Amino acid sequence: MFSANRRTLLRITSLTAMATALGTFTSAADAQEKIRIGYAISKTGPYAGGASITTLPNYELWVKDVNAAGGIKLGDKRLSVEVVEYDDRSSSEEAVKAIERLANQDKVDFIFAPWGTGLNLAVGPTLNRLGYPHLAVTSVTDKAPELAKRWSNATFWLGTSAQISEALAELLGKLKGEGKIGGNIAMVSVADQFGIELAVAGREAFKKAGFTLAYDKTYPLGSQDLQPLLNDAIAAKPDTFIAFSYPPDTIALTEQAQLLKFNPKIFYVGVGTAFPLFKGKFAANSDGVMGIGGWNADSPALKDYLARHKAATGKEPDRWASPITYASLQVLQQAIETVGKVDRAAVAAEIRSGTFDTIIGKVKLKDGLLQEVWSAGQWQNGEFYGLAPTSLPGARAPIMPKPQWQ
Amino acid sequence: MLLFDIVLPGLVLGGMYALIALGLTLQYGVARVMNLSYGESLVAAAFGALSLYTGLGLSPLAALLLAVPFAFLLNWLLYRFLLERLMRRGKDRSAQEIDSILVTFGVLFVIQGIMLVAFGGQYYSYSYLSIAVVVLGSTLAVNRLVALLFAAGIGIAVYIALTRTRMGTAARAIAVDANAARLVGIDVSSLSALVFACGGGLVAVGGVLISMFLTFNASMGVVFTMKALVVVIMGGVGNVMGALVAGLILGIVETAVARLVDPGLTLAATYALFLAVLLIRPTGLFGRAPS
Repeated sequence: MFSANRRTLLRITSLTAMATALGTFTSAADAQEKIRIGYAISKTGPYAGGASITTLPNYELWVKDVNAAGGIKLGDKRLSVEVVEYDDRSSSEEAVKAIERLANQDKVDFIFAPWGTGLNLAVGPTLNRLGYPHLAVTSVTDKAPELAKRWSNATFWLGTSAQISEALAELLGKLKGEGKIGGNIAMVSVADQFGIELAVAGREAFKKAGFTLAYDKTYPLGSQDLQPLLNDAIAAKPDTFIAFSYPPDTIALTEQAQLLKFNPKIFYVGVGTAFPLFKGKFAANSDGVMGIGGWNADSPALKDYLARHKAATGKEPDRWASPITYASLQVLQQAIETVGKVDRAAVAAEIRSGTFDTIIGKVKLKDGLLQEVWSAGQWQNGEFYGLAPTSLPGARAPIMPKPQWQ
Repeated sequence: MLLFDIVLPGLVLGGMYALIALGLTLQYGVARVMNLSYGESLVAAAFGALSLYTGLGLSPLAALLLAVPFAFLLNWLLYRFLLERLMRRGKDRSAQEIDSILVTFGVLFVIQGIMLVAFGGQYYSYSYLSIAVVVLGSTLAVNRLVALLFAAGIGIAVYIALTRTRMGTAARAIAVDANAARLVGIDVSSLSALVFACGGGLVAVGGVLISMFLTFNASMGVVFTMKALVVVIMGGVGNVMGALVAGLILGIVETAVARLVDPGLTLAATYALFLAVLLIRPTGLFGRAPS
């Protein structure tokens, strides 16, 4: 009796499933009503802190902006955007599972990238196999050029560790040439892929620029007291202090440097320096602090973006990957509109070859990599301006030496 | 002097570890509830202090007066309505432990979910008492020093309460054998609820105080649960003095390793020490061998 019932139930479900499948098939065939976008993002777990500052607000802002403008133009029609969202719980397995689900079950038209180097590398093969364009914005890795070669659907937007370290070394080398700083650097880095890669690239680049690393140590992820590390860095009497750190450490290092009255001529800290939180917490003391990232704050497009971001999400964006995340979505939109249909392979190719108008200016990727990325910025009068690479439009001269902590 | 420069910052760091662990040692060691939502409660208290400070301009130290009774009440309710039944049902200590792990695992997600809805996932940080003070030639932050003093004060007070008062003796009797405690006329369930609630109050103290100097977000709870668990087990489950000493030792060892060996090995040193203690004294530094 029970099994008979179950069989009927099964039959009904499979019939309904078939009907739905048929239904979607026919409707997709005659006319698409909406463009379905899917993403899995870290709403919980250790990556939630980064994702909810840099990535998620920009996804939401872009969807709002696009729908307010009537949608994405496909041929002579505008299609509004609809979102399917999952939490990847900061786990690679969950992220991959969610991507599979988005593609196979939710049948979304496009998939946005997760937050962070680790998760982007984790979902890369899956997105490649499924043929979705992969805009890996928040990933910094020296493997990017190689990966871009292997995955024709993938693009990388934050430069490589080597690029970041070299641009920083170039800036420091110039200051040393002008006699503004000495040759001693103290460098600390978080013992995790991001910190290790940047430190490795940094060691080489700083040596080439004629610097000596008077102190060079790593610390474990999640360290709750960095004062011992700073004490030894101070003992090395460096003119330049560099930390390739994560947000909680960036904050802790800056706070403890103030307590210890450590005033090197250059104080450069890692991820988190460009966050509004940094300015909010340190107020006037943030002035003169350098860090990873930066933007051309004088550009009208970015000023407008800042205002819209504030209005839509209630908070300011970070000054590094946030505007690039938003720009990457503008690129996706323009690529879809150029191709004129939901043809993912063609859109992925267009993203790589086309030239696009975005809030960060004209974007033209080279071999799947965005080349014009800020690697060093500085807080000057409450705004985080880009300093290096010095060749980028809007690059400011650094305020030297950093003002004493108050 | 390097020695002071290791011992003093080490004590301050250790004080924070001890502070984080004190609540758990009451909840786990004495009230027998392995509270997996411990770290989340701690972060919730930190968010409470942050809101009171940024919203009303209330100093975190004044916030303690609000947060501690509130946390006490919440934890008492949690025990009365959720955990007491499990404690009564569980046949022995291990059954109770497993049941409480399952329930508090659920509570973890409830607390975390509420914090995510209210505050989102991003990092929060504010400055309070971030002032340098020079003690014996080494510079310390006043806010971290306050945490150390609280940890030492509370640790000693709770230790005295547990060993020198009638109620404390009764609580320890429950920790040793709940069934036997019942036989000598101890009201096991109401006293356990009280101890669990006191543990909750201590969690609030820890959360409020660490919010003055740590950057936190809604998903960081597990970091604190882990650290607290290491300290509690190392000190000897249920022994408040043990937790205090274990926390301080961990702080000094981490600082010494960072200064003398390599800052990259601090975490390794923590767990090496933890393992060594467990190998030599399986019941922890101050733990008594099971009779």
